[in-house]
Amino acid sequence: MAAIEVHQISKSFGETKAVKDMSFNVNDGELFGLIGPDGAGKTTLIKILVTLQKPDSGSAKVDGQDVVSGYHHIRNIIGYMPGKFALYQDLSIEENMSFFADIFGTKIEEQMELMGDIYKQIEPFKKRKAGQLSGGMKQKLALCCALIHKPKILVLDEPTTGVDAVSRREFWDMLSHIKKQGISILVSTPYMDEAARCDRIALVQEGSIIALDTPKGIIKDFAHPIFGIKGDNNYHLIEELKNMPGLRSLYPSGEYAHLVMDDKNQSSEEIKNYAAAKTHQKIEIEPIEADIEDCFIEMMQHG
Amino acid sequence: MKIIFHLVKKEFLQILRSKFMIALMTGVPVIQLILLSFAANYDIKNLKVYMVDNDLSPSSRLIATTLQGSSFFDFKGYTFSQKEAFDALSKDKADIIIEIPHHFERDLVKENNASVQVLINAINNTKAGLANGYVQAVLQDVNANIRSEWKTAPQLNSTGQIEVVSVNWYNPTLDYPTLMVPGILAELLSLLTIILTALNIVKEKEIGTLEQINVTPVTKFQFILGKLLPFWVIGHIIFWTGLSVGKMVFGIPILGSLLVIEAFLSVYLFVVLGIGLFISNMAETQQQAMFVAFFFIMAFILLCGLFTPAENMPQWAQWLNIINPLYYFVEVNRLVIIKGSGLKIIAPFIGYMAIYAIGINGLAIWRYKKTT
Repeated sequence: MAAIEVHQISKSFGETKAVKDMSFNVNDGELFGLIGPDGAGKTTLIKILVTLQKPDSGSAKVDGQDVVSGYHHIRNIIGYMPGKFALYQDLSIEENMSFFADIFGTKIEEQMELMGDIYKQIEPFKKRKAGQLSGGMKQKLALCCALIHKPKILVLDEPTTGVDAVSRREFWDMLSHIKKQGISILVSTPYMDEAARCDRIALVQEGSIIALDTPKGIIKDFAHPIFGIKGDNNYHLIEELKNMPGLRSLYPSGEYAHLVMDDKNQSSEEIKNYAAAKTHQKIEIEPIEADIEDCFIEMMQHG
Repeated sequence: MKIIFHLVKKEFLQILRSKFMIALMTGVPVIQLILLSFAANYDIKNLKVYMVDNDLSPSSRLIATTLQGSSFFDFKGYTFSQKEAFDALSKDKADIIIEIPHHFERDLVKENNASVQVLINAINNTKAGLANGYVQAVLQDVNANIRSEWKTAPQLNSTGQIEVVSVNWYNPTLDYPTLMVPGILAELLSLLTIILTALNIVKEKEIGTLEQINVTPVTKFQFILGKLLPFWVIGHIIFWTGLSVGKMVFGIPILGSLLVIEAFLSVYLFVVLGIGLFISNMAETQQQAMFVAFFFIMAFILLCGLFTPAENMPQWAQWLNIINPLYYFVEVNRLVIIKGSGLKIIAPFIGYMAIYAIGINGLAIWRYKKTT
């Protein structure tokens, strides 16, 4: 049985169609990622799945129960971590956790097996008020509170937004650890580089799923030669090369600009020669492997 | 039940931790009660009087000395010039001008009839009304004196006079704090409980904790009860602290049974808490909640009969008072504390409040379900 089944869900706010006809399944024990930029409809979809909003049309099941009629069951078995820190700022770490443990009729000590590793990291500060914690610690506290009743399914809305790179990596390690305990996880993120940590991902754009596969499967489908190119000034370089014949797309990506060509047999020499005629910059160019971001941009521009 | 207990426990943990909340619960009502009851006062003293005496007779001087002898009047000037008196009035140096015409005494004796002109500054109509009453009383007094002096032999055909002597029951000396403290206490209690409840719930909405709670087995009903019960207790603390201050500082007599007040209070609090809950449904931010709460509270206070008797208001305003909880609380407080009314008199009020409480809370919970 699938942990989460989404069947043709749509939701609008006035004129804005936030979610358009989305369908996908999250399998039992799977770490599933919803990847897409801000405003793609990730949060709306998640709010429907955790029973905070009702869909306009379509249906969804979480742990076999319908999100509208079976909301009471779902609220007992999911752990939800909203995008915005939503715990009591004037209560301490310990008090926040005890409160949520009390509500679910459990105790902090009883859940050490599942969240012990995470709780240990914040335990030294357990008397500190939640409002005075750093971003990374808040995130760990929120995760602990979401896990306190040993949920079957964990739903996280952009858990790594606004967190530093080291804490982000740590956080994904924690998610892998939680997954090993048999908990199915649905996580949304705008960071394409985090997609590789998921078992399967859905790329979301303007309320629709534009690709649904394993991260490797999505990259494998990328059918065009791609090059990393670097000059003295990438911004000017992109301006100078944008009219190159046979160019599919060209965009900045970190230190390099990524350059995608139509012709499968395109060689980097040809590009180098064209560039030499167009610019005075000293350039480096080499063929690279496409990543999820390249796939996403390809699908956005040519999908 | 267990969940409600945990919710209430959490709420008290937060309230008792906040210095602001504790100050709001204890300091504010005590300070307000003392300030308002001492400062706001209906008694009007030291009315500034100018007298224009064109007669200069023993009778006119008798009026002047009577005015001078009264603590209600501050005798500012005695003049022959009407202009001087008018100047004083326009410069706010006089509240009242009393003008005695020429031949005042002669007319009074010969024709048994003479008039005096009284001009009163009516910028503040309450004050003007009282001033007029005081001047009338003085003139009647003088009139009686003069008559007894000049008419040694009573006329046979003189008409009999009925004198009205009034006694103020329940508050014989018309002591101001006795009248105001129970009312102001009712007002403060309602104001604080409505605002505190509304702000507290909207805060959970604003911060997002409400959403987190909604994704737990806690039901809406449990959540709301978990909010109302702590503030119900706090309402009690505010009221009984305030009443103790009233007793100790102003020595107001508490004639009725405290149990009767408590019976009314415990039902009444659910009404004001329900209004706070209702307001929290309408607002998305604490700022909005504050403004909506003020809108209701201002209307409640002005209409409730604390500052002006509700019976004098136009019919539509009296109808509005049907849904004004403050109106009932002020009334009950005064009935029990000043008049000593018992449960028999207060029971209908309690019954009505119970219906009101069920109505407003039902409405608030129903709306709450629709919006979230």
